[in-house]
Amino acid sequence: MLNYIIRRIGYGVLILLGVNLLTFTLFFTVNTPDDMARINIGGQRITQEQIQKWKIERGYDKPLYWNAEQPGTRQLTETVFWDRSVSLFSLDFGRADSESAGDIGQQVARRMAVSLQLAVPLFLLQVLASTAFSLLLVFFRHSRIDFWGVVLCVLMLSISSLFYIIFGQYLFSKVLRLVPISGYAGGLDAVRFLILPVLLSLLSRLGTEARLYRAMFLEEVGKDYVRTARAKGLSEQVVLMRHVLRNALIPIVTSAGSYLPYVFLGSLVFESFFGIPGLGAYVIEAIGSQDFAVVRTMVFLGSLLYIATFVLIDIAYTWVDPRVRLA
Amino acid sequence: MGFKLVMLWTDLVLWLLMAGLGLYVWLARRSAPLRGKWKHVFRDAASTCSAVVLGTFLLVALADSLHFRRALPATTPQEQQAYDPRVESLLDVLMARQIAMREPSYSQPLAYAGFVMESIDNQGRPERGFPRLPHGGAHLKDPASEWGADVLQRGVGGAALGAVAALLVAAVGVAWGARRQRLPFATMAGLLWRDQTELPWRAAAITLLLIAVLAGACAGWSGYYHVFGTDRTGNDVLYQSVKSVRTAFVIGSLATVATLPFAIGLGVAAGYFKGWVDEVIQYLYTTLSSVPNVLLIAACVLMVQVFIDKNPQLFPTGAERSDIRILLLCVILGVTGWASLARLLRAETLKLRELDFVQAATAFGVGPLRIMARHILPNVMHLVLITTVLEFSSLILYEAVLSYVGVGVEPSMNSFGGMINLARDELSREPAVWWSVSAAFSFMVTLVLAANLFADGVREAFDPRGRAFRARLGTRNRAVV
Repeated sequence: MLNYIIRRIGYGVLILLGVNLLTFTLFFTVNTPDDMARINIGGQRITQEQIQKWKIERGYDKPLYWNAEQPGTRQLTETVFWDRSVSLFSLDFGRADSESAGDIGQQVARRMAVSLQLAVPLFLLQVLASTAFSLLLVFFRHSRIDFWGVVLCVLMLSISSLFYIIFGQYLFSKVLRLVPISGYAGGLDAVRFLILPVLLSLLSRLGTEARLYRAMFLEEVGKDYVRTARAKGLSEQVVLMRHVLRNALIPIVTSAGSYLPYVFLGSLVFESFFGIPGLGAYVIEAIGSQDFAVVRTMVFLGSLLYIATFVLIDIAYTWVDPRVRLA
Repeated sequence: MGFKLVMLWTDLVLWLLMAGLGLYVWLARRSAPLRGKWKHVFRDAASTCSAVVLGTFLLVALADSLHFRRALPATTPQEQQAYDPRVESLLDVLMARQIAMREPSYSQPLAYAGFVMESIDNQGRPERGFPRLPHGGAHLKDPASEWGADVLQRGVGGAALGAVAALLVAAVGVAWGARRQRLPFATMAGLLWRDQTELPWRAAAITLLLIAVLAGACAGWSGYYHVFGTDRTGNDVLYQSVKSVRTAFVIGSLATVATLPFAIGLGVAAGYFKGWVDEVIQYLYTTLSSVPNVLLIAACVLMVQVFIDKNPQLFPTGAERSDIRILLLCVILGVTGWASLARLLRAETLKLRELDFVQAATAFGVGPLRIMARHILPNVMHLVLITTVLEFSSLILYEAVLSYVGVGVEPSMNSFGGMINLARDELSREPAVWWSVSAAFSFMVTLVLAANLFADGVREAFDPRGRAFRARLGTRNRAVV
């Protein structure tokens, strides 16, 4: 298993390199470092010296990919791409491109704490709620409850998450005045600000997830061992909770796990809507101000998370189902 | 008065798609297995009703895809014919009244007075009140007493006309069916009435009736009132919602179609060749799918924007500029979104290439390209079809999110995302402006729900081993307790 994990991590590094090259190429096909300097310094009259100074400060004064003036391997290493990539892999994100923003590493650390407060309860509640709801539907399968439950799921998944946010904010914050409309505070106060986004995000995904889980459970329910379990005289609850749930865990772990990176960055819309200063809001701000350094860092972190999640899912398989061996 | 047809890029692609769809229908009718599967889809009442709804939306989208520029009246006879810089569509002509009825600002649905209190002149004395709208309800002499009856009369009248039209269509359908089955008209109508036809024609007829009644009522009001009210700049919200349908269709269909060449080509190749080709393709799609989608799309859209800004001479009118942006957005969504289908196709191809008929073809010395095209592709087409119909609705939802983040369609273009975007400020007003977001909500949910239900039907028919997403009422296979 250790062998397997090491191989997967090696592959992950390769992917991260690819991702980095991709974002780099995409961004610098659009902009030159001079353009970026002009956008970020702002103002109408900008001298060439100011641009040069900005580029040296931010490390954009070398050629992008290939330094023809240097001998040997330094043709590759004395470039912006090399400098910036190597520092990324050591998790040194450097300075943001915009004038006012400071060190990216500090911002990421601070904002990650906020994002986690949103993401962790959301993820746990999500898995719990979807499993419970779908198990209920499976328990009442082929009955009216199941039928209307699925109809509800389809209706819920046909509604854009933006509508959940808009109507939720309107109802709970403006009409009922239960929670603040948006904003964030540290400590225990955070609960007041986070409860609505968590709830709405949960609702917006419940239809999709519950329908999927229900289908997975139904697949298991049709199998022979379930019939055997019933033949032994076990009650439906015990069959579902002890046998079906456990055996349906693999597809559920996959589906829940693959959503994990998106809980983190996928709350992008929720964070910016509710004014929560997390990573998602950071990304949207960075896109708006064309802050390349921040966008690249976030892409890097996002893929890192994605790769880590899939290694974790694989490891979780062996824990969920002893028959799985990683080689 | 002359006009010049304008073929926008998305129009061209959309009409080509329609031609492709027609070709597919023709092929499917000739092939017995395909015909059987589609019959299975349409035997389900939910799928048939969704198909009717989707068809209606498609008609709207197509009417909005015939663009032209009006000829300007010539001042001197020798002058070369000049054309209006504004690009209009057939839908704009049909809804010309709605465009012309522009109010000063917000007004509620079916209102005759403005939404914002102003000081108005009451026989020389200024007083605070809601001013009459210049267009909405302008035909009423004493709105306070006439309004209710007038709204009711126009609404019911329009709905009745709509119902008559729908019944006429149904009667034509019954007559056609009776001729084909060589039954008397009354017998056929009876079969339809008791829902004893092979396909659920009664459900389809009821859906059509509902749509016709709603559309008829709207048509009865429009021209005299704003059915869904007006927005901040006084534009009709119904018109905006109807215009947004085309945007949703373009994004939903074009972006899905744009993924297909990559997904099919690379997915099948990876599964068929295995070895290093497989490794490289797997690396490609893992890399692409590990990048958070919104970021990748944002970067691409920024790139596109720079391209458009640098080459203004290529796009003479505003419509063409926003059109090329939406087309490129679809291409971007295609390039970034092929990974999941490619993964599916790769797995299926891995399985198929080991089957006897492929082995036999290999033994006969058939080249790999031919094998992939003749033997593998037709056998994975059901996966392509299922993914295509499933993607359609999720892309419509995605467009709204992207437009909200600011990397979607151009703000000047009508889209559901754009309408939702404004809703935040409108709902936080006091009193809240609720109609704009409600209109966007009802149109979008209807469209996406219909697409989802139809996709479920297709999935069930074409992939019987697939997961059971639908609930059926019936016997519970529970143990006897």
